[in-house]
Amino acid sequence: MAATVTGSKLERVLKSGHQAVTSECGPPRSSDPAHIKEKGELIKDHVDSINVTDNQTSVTRLCSLAACIHLKGMGLDPVLQMVVRDRNRIALQSDILGAASFGINNILCLSGDHQSFGDSPQASNVFDLDSMQLVQTVRHMRDEGKFLSGDEIKVPPSMFVGAAANPFGDPFKIRVPRLAKKVASGAEFIQTQCIYNLDKFEKWMEGVRARGLHEEVYILAGITPLRSVGMARYLQKNVPGMDVPDELIERMKGVDKKKQADEGITIAVESIQRLKEVEGVAGFHVMAIEWEEKVPEIVERSGLYPRPQID
Amino acid sequence: MIVGEQKPFEEIWEMVKDHKQLTVFGCNTCVAVCHQGGNKEAGILAAQLRMRASQDDVDIEIIDSGIERQCEHEFFEKTEELVQKSEAVLSLACGIGVQFMATKYEATPIYPALNTTFLGDVPETGVFTEKCQACGDCVLGVTGGVCPVSRCAKRLFNGPCGGSTTGKCEISKETECAWQLVVDRLEALGRLDTYEKVMPLKDWSKDRSGGPRSFKLEDF
Ligand code: SF4
Ligand code: SF4
Repeated sequence: MAATVTGSKLERVLKSGHQAVTSECGPPRSSDPAHIKEKGELIKDHVDSINVTDNQTSVTRLCSLAACIHLKGMGLDPVLQMVVRDRNRIALQSDILGAASFGINNILCLSGDHQSFGDSPQASNVFDLDSMQLVQTVRHMRDEGKFLSGDEIKVPPSMFVGAAANPFGDPFKIRVPRLAKKVASGAEFIQTQCIYNLDKFEKWMEGVRARGLHEEVYILAGITPLRSVGMARYLQKNVPGMDVPDELIERMKGVDKKKQADEGITIAVESIQRLKEVEGVAGFHVMAIEWEEKVPEIVERSGLYPRPQID
Repeated sequence: MIVGEQKPFEEIWEMVKDHKQLTVFGCNTCVAVCHQGGNKEAGILAAQLRMRASQDDVDIEIIDSGIERQCEHEFFEKTEELVQKSEAVLSLACGIGVQFMATKYEATPIYPALNTTFLGDVPETGVFTEKCQACGDCVLGVTGGVCPVSRCAKRLFNGPCGGSTTGKCEISKETECAWQLVVDRLEALGRLDTYEKVMPLKDWSKDRSGGPRSFKLEDF
């Protein structure tokens, strides 16, 4: 097993050569932590680590850091998602230290959806750093033991650093170079956008392998089960950077309404089974949005259960 | 140039209607190009205000005038007396002109008739688009001449984000993705390889974050 550098379970699983499974929980729009704990409870035996989203789609929610602390308290391995939309470099570095002080060992560095999508389109945005620069920042803090200012951090944060990649964003020709940039910035793992167009994803992976990037970074393929043909259509039409092929919509349409959710799960399972064989896919990020109870079934049917026990 | 748009008429009327005398004052440079604040527009706005005053039976004397530029002393000479005598001024300049006048005529209320919107160009007649935010440290040399600060909704220095779709920005199908433009330009210049250089953290102290900026020519 490659030497680990942080206390992250995700890092241990990946470095021991297993395909990792992560999932994600969106915190509630309330101060009640029960919801996040329930979600954690539902999936904890079937995943290695759990991402906690950071005010996703720019809708104000209980903060990612606090939700991570709740999961950590349950003995789980949370992945702190952090967007650069709402915090400048002072707040980012401060939150990283705060998270590390609670033993949170994973961070996913994101730019974040534009605030016009959320509940506060009138808000000012920050974007002091971009997502790659946040990756650099965390690595600098951890590896150099220094703040961006150059001042020393007595106890540096022990964080396994991740970033997102969207193989389906445009322009396609820079999607591999863009991954290379994230790797050069210091990303150690990647979680991709939800994959529905498997051919295109595999084409991207070819480019990734051609440059040997799969040997420098762990790539977790993003999987989100479709609940209905309506959801498939919505994603295809309204979510920028999402690629839902027509065949998939046809397939969902061909199934009785009551059976569409099951079909969606089956598609997710088939996608995982196919992508498991793709060289360079280091694991799966299963995002069942407000449908967390289905994660165990997807993981089991995909042959990714039981999860390895690694200490 | 500086681009502005006239405020809604009702908002303008509410600001000025309690005065007995008002000078509507155009600025014939940037905001004249976008047909919002030039001396001609000052004349039209004054006429609209007079009409409204007579409809509402409000007693207010409205004079229209203007100069070439409201942000430099030398242009004010010809209208010095008029402005001095005005009870209030409705300026059609950008926010800079309005403030310049407010400093120059410290006891005269100066109202803005425009919302100053952005620094932009005129890509085609009647179309104005934002191109710069005066960040104080220009990076156009490495981005192929496309400004990521003003034209990317997230001012990313290492874009595009995952929301870029068929050349458009995630915020709207009407908005071009700045990073698609950067990539296209770098390719046209034969410099796409430079895309992979990670752009360092920006020094925003040279931007408005650092406080009001100024500079002085020592030889003057
Ligand atoms: S990089 Fe800065 S100075 Fe250059 S065009 Fe953009 S905002 Fe203006
Ligand atoms: S889509 Fe393009 S312009 Fe819009 S925020 Fe993303 S990178 Fe910037």
